Amino acid sequence: MSEVEVREIAWNTRDFPEAAKDLLENSQTRRNVRHATNVIQGKRNKVAAELPDWEDLREAGSEVRAHALRHLDYYLTQFEEKCTKAGGHVHWASDAAEANRIILELVQKHEAKEVIKIKTMTSEEVGLNAHLEKNGVRPIETDLAELIIQLGKDRPSHFVAPALHVNRQQVRAMFQREMNLPDLGEEPEDLATAARNYLREKFLRVKVAVSGGNFLIADTGGLCILESEGNGRMCLTLPDVLISIVGIEKVIPSFRDLEIFLQTVPRSATGERMNPYNSVWTGVHPGDGPKEFHVVLLDNGRSPILADKEASQTLKCVRCAACLNACPVYHQTGGHAYESVYAGPIGAILTPQLNSMEQGRSLPYASSLCGACYEVCPVKINIPEVLIHLRGKVVREDQATLGGKLSLWNIGMQAAAFLFKDSDRLAMAERVGRVGQKVFVSKNGFIEALPLMLSGWTQTRDLKAMPVQSFREWWAKERGAAKKDSHD
Amino acid sequence: MRISLFITCYNDALFPETGKAVVKVLERLGHEIEFRPEQTCCGQMHWNTGYLREAVPIIRHFVKVYQEAETVVVPSSSCVAMMRDHYVKAAEMDGDAKLVADVEALLPRVYEFSEFLVRGLGVEDVGASYPHKVTYHASCHSMRSLHLGDIPIRLLKKVRGLALQPIQDIQECCGFGGTFAIKNADVSSAMLADKVRNVLNTGAEVCTAVDNSCLMHLYGSLHRQRTFVKTAHLAEILASGYGEAVGA
Repeated sequence: MSEVEVREIAWNTRDFPEAAKDLLENSQTRRNVRHATNVIQGKRNKVAAELPDWEDLREAGSEVRAHALRHLDYYLTQFEEKCTKAGGHVHWASDAAEANRIILELVQKHEAKEVIKIKTMTSEEVGLNAHLEKNGVRPIETDLAELIIQLGKDRPSHFVAPALHVNRQQVRAMFQREMNLPDLGEEPEDLATAARNYLREKFLRVKVAVSGGNFLIADTGGLCILESEGNGRMCLTLPDVLISIVGIEKVIPSFRDLEIFLQTVPRSATGERMNPYNSVWTGVHPGDGPKEFHVVLLDNGRSPILADKEASQTLKCVRCAACLNACPVYHQTGGHAYESVYAGPIGAILTPQLNSMEQGRSLPYASSLCGACYEVCPVKINIPEVLIHLRGKVVREDQATLGGKLSLWNIGMQAAAFLFKDSDRLAMAERVGRVGQKVFVSKNGFIEALPLMLSGWTQTRDLKAMPVQSFREWWAKERGAAKKDSHD
Repeated sequence: MRISLFITCYNDALFPETGKAVVKVLERLGHEIEFRPEQTCCGQMHWNTGYLREAVPIIRHFVKVYQEAETVVVPSSSCVAMMRDHYVKAAEMDGDAKLVADVEALLPRVYEFSEFLVRGLGVEDVGASYPHKVTYHASCHSMRSLHLGDIPIRLLKKVRGLALQPIQDIQECCGFGGTFAIKNADVSSAMLADKVRNVLNTGAEVCTAVDNSCLMHLYGSLHRQRTFVKTAHLAEILASGYGEAVGA
């Protein structure tokens, strides 16, 4: 391929500030997001604090994931060998198109017109549902939140709770409409019953299931899925054919490593001590579960991330979404502002990289670098550090163009860098600034409106004018003469 | 002890009173303060905005100015976080092994102001009095990078007459984030609105912190809304008690 392929991970090209501005107008969504993240975050903090070795578990999880990524070729090969030996079929997909082609061919080989699905963000990443529909196959989401998204023709805003931005009154209205249940109540039991009735016959009827996977286990060739509703267990056991699409980075060296992740992931993801359903399966077993099992190992832009020393830690991610629930930016906007399958702090570093920095270039800036994401990450991804690294890439790429060189940001930053190299220049700039600011300073001594990009500050904030004397001037006047030679 | 004050660029230009307060507190405790006029900036704005190459000469300048200093005190946790979290990486990126070594030698002698008082000097009571209702804003870098914990709170609790008002959601960012406040002005403003509401709910007259950057952001909104709440750097509170007015 001669050109860089822009993948479908980002939905369109709207920049984060622009998309966020729209979402901030949606008071209902913001209240839903605020409520849901507060609840999950509260539970997460409580159950994480219960473990005296929580920080050790985070460290261990980080080490295991980093080790697996350093030896990814070895562990993937081992996984392929073991999985094949256990009766599974391993397919390698270099990109979304290849993954979609492989899965569609498998579905068509079995003459299936429908597939049932367990929530899988990897399938969202490759746009699998749209591809199946285009080819006459109906994908049916069985995770409650994914079903809500699918029936509502909506998009996921969170990768553990995809419908986190919707409240139950909204779900009821949609179920009433889409399932033709005009008298449906709004209690959680009512909604769950409606979904159960809608889904149950599909579990029993549909012959092909598609899943993702939380972990690929190299030493056994098994897969692991953690879930809360039991729909996953149904999809993994009832159909004749199971197809799992999993990113290549999801491999862990051994079954024993689950000891760490089965403690940290549920606590981080949903604030539970253990997931209600923990499924691990290996290949096929006559008379028990699917007769045919396929796993599609997806690259789709992951290998280049692995090659970037500063950013490869991104791939340690186990998709628990703890960083979304902890993020003060996500709290305000919800996930749709990121315009990507992967939202929140991890989305802000993952999306632009999966897209070779062609799309999502505003995402590394969608953070105040407060560090709340890093603090909760169960595999210790230093998201702020990667955000800064990616900002560096954006700036370097911009500076390679004439427009970028002449941008106000670049000129301003170059000028500031020039001043900060020499204290005489800086002192001079301070004096010039005190005179120059006069056109902006109101009678009350505050700046209430600034031009150009600085207007972003004054749209909601005043700025106290620079005082008449800087600290360095005060020091020189009060103390300087006496101590001038003391350190030269 | 001979203490070198790194005032930081924005405190120098915008908040000189904070610098004077640091000098006063440390001198009151019997230490000698020096100010190296060659100092400029820590490089944080450039680094955090992605101007990584541009930050390196600024870092090099900082290291050159303070290389021989006995102890460096900085009244800004985010600048100290910049040094501890990113200086080695920046020097490595530049391929400058000597700068890496110099940074590693210098940084153990660099302290944030409140950290220096409590961890460096073992002092919690600096003899201040400040008869006001005060709430403490825990800046992100002070919590998550410097891990100051309750250090600023311990200092505030020893101030005579000060009534400390606990704030809700203390762990949430105020939305400043340097150039984030401009590049994502709407989201930043929404974050600020929440933080300001929490500050106002405390009933405090003064909001303090160990970073004037957060306080500049908070006061930007407190003043825009014409509230009565003022902001004051922790050093300014700890320097009070001799009859002079302190506040933003």
